[in-house]
Amino acid sequence: MSLNSVFGLAQTALELGLTSSLTVLALFLSYTMLNVCDLSTDGCFTLGATVGAVVAIAGHPYLSLPAAMLAGMISGFIVALLQTRMGINSLLSGIIVNTALYSINIAVMGNTSLLNMNKTVTVFTKMKDALAGSFLGEQYKLFVVLAAVVVVAVFLALFLRTRLGLAIRATGNNPDMVRSSSINPFFTTTVGLCIANAFTALSGCLLAQSQKSVNVDIGSGMVTVALASLLIGEVFLGKRSIPLRAVGSVLGSFVFRLVYTIALRFNMPAFMLKLVSAVIVVIALAGPYLKKELPMIRRRMDKRSSREG
Amino acid sequence: MLHISHISKTFNPGTANENKVMSDFSFDVARGQFVTIIGANGAGKSTLFNAIAGSVIPDSGSIVLDGEDITLTPEHKKAKHIGRLFQDPMRGSAPGMSVEENLALSSGRGGWMSRISKADRREFRDRLALLDLGLENMMKQPVGLLSGGQRQALTLMMATFNPPKLLLLDEHTAALDPATAEKVLALTTRIVEEGNLTCLMITHNMQSALALGDRTIMMDRGNIIFDVAGDERRGTTVEDLLRQFKNASGGVLNNDRMLLI
Repeated sequence: MSLNSVFGLAQTALELGLTSSLTVLALFLSYTMLNVCDLSTDGCFTLGATVGAVVAIAGHPYLSLPAAMLAGMISGFIVALLQTRMGINSLLSGIIVNTALYSINIAVMGNTSLLNMNKTVTVFTKMKDALAGSFLGEQYKLFVVLAAVVVVAVFLALFLRTRLGLAIRATGNNPDMVRSSSINPFFTTTVGLCIANAFTALSGCLLAQSQKSVNVDIGSGMVTVALASLLIGEVFLGKRSIPLRAVGSVLGSFVFRLVYTIALRFNMPAFMLKLVSAVIVVIALAGPYLKKELPMIRRRMDKRSSREG
Repeated sequence: MLHISHISKTFNPGTANENKVMSDFSFDVARGQFVTIIGANGAGKSTLFNAIAGSVIPDSGSIVLDGEDITLTPEHKKAKHIGRLFQDPMRGSAPGMSVEENLALSSGRGGWMSRISKADRREFRDRLALLDLGLENMMKQPVGLLSGGQRQALTLMMATFNPPKLLLLDEHTAALDPATAEKVLALTTRIVEEGNLTCLMITHNMQSALALGDRTIMMDRGNIIFDVAGDERRGTTVEDLLRQFKNASGGVLNNDRMLLI
């Protein structure tokens, strides 16, 4: 493999990793901090992609980003509404909204499941024009997503130290304590899910615009991919301060894409992505449990073999 | 200060497990009074606290705190005026967050976007130092690393950081070892006295029920069967309490954690 193709691999992994790291940061907020597994992530990612695409196609490349985030926020608000005010189980709330979003996404795209943005002006083409001619001209995608990731990560690191941020962290940690601090945990859950889903939607919006197309399946499996990245990140920077853990999430996303890109090079078919991410999530979640159970399993096996022997 | 009039609560009404915990229960507490509460299992002590704090809404009757009817107020809104400690020291604080972050949340200062200031930190440190448990040097440590006694003392401080109108203590030293329990109890009396707080304390320790505070009530099957204060209370012994219980309920006081000495 030539040096150039190694760089090429790293660059692809970096672009994709950074783009999806926005979803990983969203899960860092909802899953790690708020302790809610938000299964509407797939649909919300697609929602961001479709809304962003439609607004960009309508001729508003910059407006497409806040529009996508607003759509994500509304989606997150509904997920929160179902689980806090209507007594629906939190996993189920996510799945229900995810299902509903499938129809909404097709409706947003105008009764089609595929939109093309080959000739659309997006934040990426704007950046490409701005950088044209300079030696960084080929890195325009990287600049856009890097800027987005830095803004979101810095926002999160600062936000989680505010009183509202502390209340959101405490909600995932001990809701009783939140209530006794005269804060309504329903409120903090709602705010947390709105913010997280705004990031998820931004992530989808940027992916669609960087690959110049969006289809209704663009977000499928995203929650597992992002969870895998999040858990990889925790391996590196899991027990550190909040800002470092946010950096860890981004790092995990990059590492995940890098391994995946290399695996593709070694002729792993592209459709394996989701299987790989599912296996990573299983290993990361089941690992600590099995490790804890191992001594007991061993003792049982010893007992059985001694009885037989 | 606290007027509870005619509250009733039945759990699982209309089922085989129907449990009438309280019926037509009334109870008044004066401002600054420190009431200790004893009673057998299932006497309704915890239900009383749940009803006052808002985690259980009574089926009928009313609860008035400082002139305000709080019968139907949601728990988190009541928490502004009511501090509560549970038996489980883990329940009152967030283990994954640091001591100062826990304090910052419960202190309730600043707007949503405010952060912990240097002045806040200094005040937290000074007040933690008063506990004499070394917590002032652990401000950045996650609360999960503290011992049960340290955590309960921290919770006590969080609950009384802004003096509440009413402090509810639900056997808050029962899960601690005797030496630590004594320390936390001493802290409790000091904080209650210094702040002149109105306080209700459920205890399984008959001795401290009589030694602490200025009024003792005994509950059985949702009723107050013995209520003593002042001079009469000073002359009351643990034996008197047991006799009172036998007379009133016709049975032996059966609380599996009850300590007679």
